[in-house]
Amino acid sequence: MELLDKESYHLGHLPAQATSAVAGRVLADIADTDDRIVVFTADLKYSNGTIEFEERHPNRFFNVGIAEQNMVSMAAGMAATGNITYVATFASFLGLLCCEQIRTDAAYTNLPVRLLGHHTGISFGYYGSSHHATEDIGIMRGIANLGVVCPCDAHSFEQALRQTVDVEGPIYFRLGRGRDPDVYTPDMPWEYGKLSVLREGKDGLVIANGIMVVAAMEAAERLSNEGLDLSVVDLHTIDPLDVDNLASQVASANKVFVAEEHSTRGGVATTVADTMVDQNIADVELIRIGFPADEYSEIAAPFYLYRHYGLDADGLVSRISSEYK
Amino acid sequence: MSADYDRLRERANFVRTETIRLIEIAKCGHYTSVFSAAEILSVLYYHVMNLSDDPDWPDRDRFLMSKGHMAVGVYPILADLGYFPKDWLDTYALLGSALGDHPDMRKIPGIDFSSGSLGHNLSNGVGMALGLRLRNSPARVFVIMGDGEQNEGQIWEGAQAASQFKVDNLVGIIDRNELCLDGATEEIMSIEPLADKWSAFGWNVHVIDGHSIHQLVDTFESLPQDSKSPQLILAKTVKGKGLDFMEGTRLWHVGLLAGKDAERAVAQLQ
Repeated sequence: MELLDKESYHLGHLPAQATSAVAGRVLADIADTDDRIVVFTADLKYSNGTIEFEERHPNRFFNVGIAEQNMVSMAAGMAATGNITYVATFASFLGLLCCEQIRTDAAYTNLPVRLLGHHTGISFGYYGSSHHATEDIGIMRGIANLGVVCPCDAHSFEQALRQTVDVEGPIYFRLGRGRDPDVYTPDMPWEYGKLSVLREGKDGLVIANGIMVVAAMEAAERLSNEGLDLSVVDLHTIDPLDVDNLASQVASANKVFVAEEHSTRGGVATTVADTMVDQNIADVELIRIGFPADEYSEIAAPFYLYRHYGLDADGLVSRISSEYK
Repeated sequence: MSADYDRLRERANFVRTETIRLIEIAKCGHYTSVFSAAEILSVLYYHVMNLSDDPDWPDRDRFLMSKGHMAVGVYPILADLGYFPKDWLDTYALLGSALGDHPDMRKIPGIDFSSGSLGHNLSNGVGMALGLRLRNSPARVFVIMGDGEQNEGQIWEGAQAASQFKVDNLVGIIDRNELCLDGATEEIMSIEPLADKWSAFGWNVHVIDGHSIHQLVDTFESLPQDSKSPQLILAKTVKGKGLDFMEGTRLWHVGLLAGKDAERAVAQLQ
């Protein structure tokens, strides 16, 4: 049926959007010359774009239906036979529903299983808290052997996939909704395990990752017009953590703002706080800007939810400037 | 290859006597869950599975114990096959040992996948069998499950996936000893009709006496190849088989036979 209203759409109409277009294409490209690559999804090949992998490598694509725990365990078993396995589903289901399969079958065994968790944070908007992932970094960074990386855009996601093919153990990729605007240009360096300094300023430091990076950059730009000169660091890799660089960045600032689409307990701010304690960094103020640790989300479309919780550029400008009054 | 039934019977008893010896080191262990599966282990490791001296040989058949608490009965076999020194067994459960109540594939040569949390290894086995198929290996994957473990939802996720992907290099085995920890499976959380359930999930089901060496050998040898279906052996067994005071009771799921009691048990097995 031809749709008459320009706002109507169905699953066949979703455009090839930023990060959501990356997984299928990049993994299929890698698999063209590497027969160890296998991709799984749980009835979400349109949502996460793995359909492109299926089209190009149908014998190495497994759609396991709506059975996420089985998917993670199957991927671990397959990784034990010389393959490198990628599973893609909603982040909320990976960190919470599949936590034990990730820990016991993929991490305890230290197998090359790649967990692509998309639609992190509150990006699902009015789908509600069942589909939100605001605890996943806290869960994943507590699991030994498991890498944790939160790319903020298509370029950095592609770099993260390409740079980690031969990493020995499992890795969790924390991904946004798939429509994330570009932060990096193709010529900018991005290195797994190394933080990226995106902007340097003398008045304070904003640490962000994932979708909060673009908001942090916009906020820093606007605040610079008001005379506030902020550094912005993309702390994309939570594990292995770039401890030395993080410590030196934090130690050279008076105020450190951590902006994250995650609970303020257990995520990026907690990672920074751990580093400050462990490295004996005193006299630096840590301000946590994230999802409230003791709440479940209100209902709204993503744009309005981000605004409600102050997790957009406006919210960051307002919160950061209030700390300098 | 013709089977040496007397030897297979002797190796099953070797599994039982070694289990008694190792658990006495640890001072606590899962005798009965090993004893119900001792003949299955013997027939698999000493007759059915295609193995070599190299525990990492890519084309070896795999054995996954989803009921990981039977590992104490598998370790003596792996040492017997030369995969690690026999004196490792003397360290069972002691600080620094590779060998614990549940098996760790990263520490123990010959363990094909770690386990311990029930319900996982069938899914691991489905992935492993598909991975071997992708790599054009002729190897098969054998996954033994407990009967109480059939309560786990993930078992049935794995069962439907094996059928969907036509994983015919996968053999599931259920050690149907009728008891879980708290009592009879049918009283705690019924799993019957088990054969019908697995058939309904698309598996070829073979119901046999899990203590009959002849039936085990015949069944494993006659499993179809290239059937496009996974195979399920529903092995009717007795929990604690071999020791009259252990057979069919839930009380010995975990326990210790120390000193004279261990000697008496070994004597009864001879």
